[in-house]
Amino acid sequence: MKVELEADRCVASGQCVLAAMDVFDQDDDGIAILLDEQPAVEHLDGVREAVAICPAAAIRLVDQ
Amino acid sequence: MRRVVVVGASAAGLAAAETLRREGHDGTLTLVGDEPLAPYDRPPLSKHLLAGEWEPERLTLRTPDDLAGLDLDLRLVVAATGLRLTDGTVQLADGSTVPYDGLIVATGVRPRHLPGQGGHVLRTLDDAVRLRDRLTPGRRLVVVGAGFLGAEAAAVAWRLGCEVTLLEPAPVPLAHAVGTQVGELLTRAHLERGVDLRCGVTVTEVTESGVRLADGELVDADEVLIAVGSLPNTDWLDGSGLTVGDGVVCDEYCAAARNVYAAGDVARWYNPLFGRSMRIEHRTNAAEQGMAAARHLLNPDGRKPFAPVPYFWSDQYDMKIQAYGFLRGHDEVAIVDGDLTERRFVAAYRTGDRVTGALAVGMPPRAIRQWRQAIASGTNWLEAVGGQVARAREAVN
Ligand SMILES: Cc1cc2nc3c(=O)[nH]c(=O)nc-3n(C[C@H](O)[C@H](O)[C@H](O)COP(=O)(O)OP(=O)(O)OC[C@H]3O[C@@H](n4cnc5c(N)ncnc54)[C@H](O)[C@@H]3O)c2cc1C
Ligand code: SF4
Repeated sequence: MKVELEADRCVASGQCVLAAMDVFDQDDDGIAILLDEQPAVEHLDGVREAVAICPAAAIRLVDQ
Repeated sequence: MRRVVVVGASAAGLAAAETLRREGHDGTLTLVGDEPLAPYDRPPLSKHLLAGEWEPERLTLRTPDDLAGLDLDLRLVVAATGLRLTDGTVQLADGSTVPYDGLIVATGVRPRHLPGQGGHVLRTLDDAVRLRDRLTPGRRLVVVGAGFLGAEAAAVAWRLGCEVTLLEPAPVPLAHAVGTQVGELLTRAHLERGVDLRCGVTVTEVTESGVRLADGELVDADEVLIAVGSLPNTDWLDGSGLTVGDGVVCDEYCAAARNVYAAGDVARWYNPLFGRSMRIEHRTNAAEQGMAAARHLLNPDGRKPFAPVPYFWSDQYDMKIQAYGFLRGHDEVAIVDGDLTERRFVAAYRTGDRVTGALAVGMPPRAIRQWRQAIASGTNWLEAVGGQVARAREAVN
């Protein structure tokens, strides 16, 4: 599974960071940063939560 | 649970549908929406779309493949017109009846109107495209209501070269929501740019050539945007037996009746974190509550009270405003970080003896996170703000 982040949609809500700290961070303007494109299985639930909750639909989880 | 129906095909309804599938619902999943489009996002309507930066396609929340993967019984362009709890059915405008074992109500809100003819509202993609096409340089736009929606639209119209008048009945815009200091700061942002913000004026009517004020004055305009709040879409629930009172009234689990939940802008639920019932018109709440409602419907024995810290953002001119918690009806505001005049600050809000809200402009996420945490854990005001003041003093010495 691979995480995709469309940063120019991001509205800096920080919801992804709350859902998956090891996978997402935010820069000083609040825009999300992808720390780990291919997170380990134990982080996937958090990433799924982030995908669902991101108010900007900026995150996708794709099968490879 | 074999048949689940979700009414309202937008942020909350989509989040509910996705969660239902993700968490194992493999029966029928009907998603009913009265708009012609697949679920799309509203916040960009008053921002990127109105500004002409994004085309409508960009607002779609999911790709056709994502939607297909949900295996939905998707009923678009048809409104739900009735609900019968006794036999578990939803009636649709095309005359059909859909039976359910579980129901999620996510029908959102619609804009309030003003007396008179004409004027724009801004809720749907159609609304936004219609307004965008009219906001050409030099056009005179009157915006009625300087809430977040009206202020965002005014800022975008100004940037597009329109002559903008913003009319607000309160003495300071948004003061009841964010406090006087922050309200005045937002006021200055408009005035500095030459947006004619006029407070303390009441619009009584939209006319062919503008709006009429309570004192009889006519304010001329080429276009009028009415942004005076919204009403929950609950008419279709009349006579259903659900309790409706400024939204679908729910318990702390977002349940409105047995196997019936509500989520998003339409839901008024009891939020135990703040010890009160609330209805939140925020994008993140729609998704979070849609997810919670879906989980509770599928797993009634594992329900947890829905107790989020609400989150809201707004873009106005060069400012990104972020707000956490429940600010309305606060007793006190304190600037706890940064500087108000530099438009880089965090304001904390007290209700009773607790920190109940925080609003930030131009601050890095780290500066805000601790305040979100303080709200989530119900931190005592003096404990939270006292420490902050002490630290500020240390920095001075
Ligand atoms: C212009 C604009 C800008 C915004 N900006 C921000 C922002 O910056 N930050 C933020 O946090 N929030 C913002 N919001 C609020 C955010 O968009 C809403 O909180 C969110 O859309 C709520 O989602 P929902 O699914 O609950 O309701 P809605 O999005 O209102 O969806 C409800 C859906 O149900 C449909 N429906 C209604 N009645 C029926 C019926 N009887 N049968 C079938 N379907 C029905 C409606 O047509 C609609 O498609 C903004 C909203 C607008 C309009
Ligand atoms: S949740 Fe979405 S909008 Fe919020 S910071 Fe993460 S990517 Fe950006």
